[in-house]
Amino acid sequence: MGGHLNVNHLMFLGQGALWTIGLSVIALIGGGIVGFVIALARISPLKSVRLASAVYVQLVQGTPLLVILFLGYFGLAAIGLKVSPLVAASASLTLYVAAYLGEIWRGCIQSVPKPQWEAAEGLALTRTQRMIKVILPQAIRIATPPTVGFMVQIIKNTSLASVVGFVELMRSGQIVNNSLFEPFAIYAIIAVTYFAMCYPLSLFSQRLERRMGRGRSNLAPA
Amino acid sequence: MSLQLDFPAVLERWPSFLAGAVLTLELAAFATVLGALLGTLAAVGRGTHNALISGACKAYVETIRNTPLLVQIFLVYFGLASLGLKFSAFAVAVAALTINVGAYTAEIMRAGFEAIPRGQIEAAEGLALSRLQIYWHIILLPAVEKVYPALTSQFVLLMLASSVCSQISAEELTAVANYIQSDTYRAFETYIIVAVLYVILSLVMRAGFWGLGLVLFPRRRRLGTPL
Repeated sequence: MGGHLNVNHLMFLGQGALWTIGLSVIALIGGGIVGFVIALARISPLKSVRLASAVYVQLVQGTPLLVILFLGYFGLAAIGLKVSPLVAASASLTLYVAAYLGEIWRGCIQSVPKPQWEAAEGLALTRTQRMIKVILPQAIRIATPPTVGFMVQIIKNTSLASVVGFVELMRSGQIVNNSLFEPFAIYAIIAVTYFAMCYPLSLFSQRLERRMGRGRSNLAPA
Repeated sequence: MSLQLDFPAVLERWPSFLAGAVLTLELAAFATVLGALLGTLAAVGRGTHNALISGACKAYVETIRNTPLLVQIFLVYFGLASLGLKFSAFAVAVAALTINVGAYTAEIMRAGFEAIPRGQIEAAEGLALSRLQIYWHIILLPAVEKVYPALTSQFVLLMLASSVCSQISAEELTAVANYIQSDTYRAFETYIIVAVLYVILSLVMRAGFWGLGLVLFPRRRRLGTPL
């Protein structure tokens, strides 16, 4: 019962919010890079690569993020690496995000119309050229709305990094609550802050989707 | 620094793991059934012409979908407590998970409702079906049939998300793991076992929903549409 919520508490929460954004960006970039490799591996001409990446995706998508975070935290310690909560959380979130973004992007790459693949092949482009010059530019367009939508999931999921002791928004809320013991008020503030970060992204994703829908209907074959 | 794993030391706690897994499935089952009802009601509410009801349903869906489950669980947990209501951790966990999955279900069901061709409803009206009959036979059942795959993956995600309930000391699988690792000091082994158990649970749930789909939607089965 340490008095009332004051400016210092709010500053502390603000700092936590910045770390939430920081961790989200790390997870998006790390998960994006690994996820892109996963997406390409899922449609690889080599069966073993396809199988290995499919197993990876199935395993990660069948495990809760909370358990992956604990595995990252204790696993890195078990092999003798002393890591900070930031490193453990970043590594775990990267592996987690990669599995989901990889699947989303695989779908986007495969939804580029078949004639585009055939035309590129007919022009004697190599597999790499076909990907870079023909397929990926169109796939990125298709992938933008679901990727922005998934960024909302990333921001929300960083809240779980609080359990391995990383002081982001959720954890800073718990710390403030430990000194004030006004859980309902503090978690309401936390919820509103998360909402303020996520809702604009949700709206943006919806708008992109609608715009895409318009473009699509014009392109649709008669 | 070499990695030494000692699984037998942890595996001898298998009755606790089993109890945790059963509780996780129970949590998921309760929240799935209640959340499906809540979500369907919210989707119907959002489609009504009453601006107040549809606005309230939209606010509910957007609020839940844009805040983390962990925060929602704490708000329900401490919110009920500050109202002077005492519930078990299990009841609070079911309530929070239901509220959470209800919002996602509502979005999926709305997509299902919107996919029902207008002509079907007009045809049903032309055949003098009552409003209730139209809602049940022409809108609700075909909509569920259409979005069944999306619904089931959402419910599997819910089962995985229930791991967060360990934070309010509901004794599900992750909470059991936290307890065992602090008792045996074999954290890595414990969480590897728990991860494997979750993968098995999600495969079991997927298989279960697939089988349920075959029973519920004979038309889909006859047409050979993948579930």
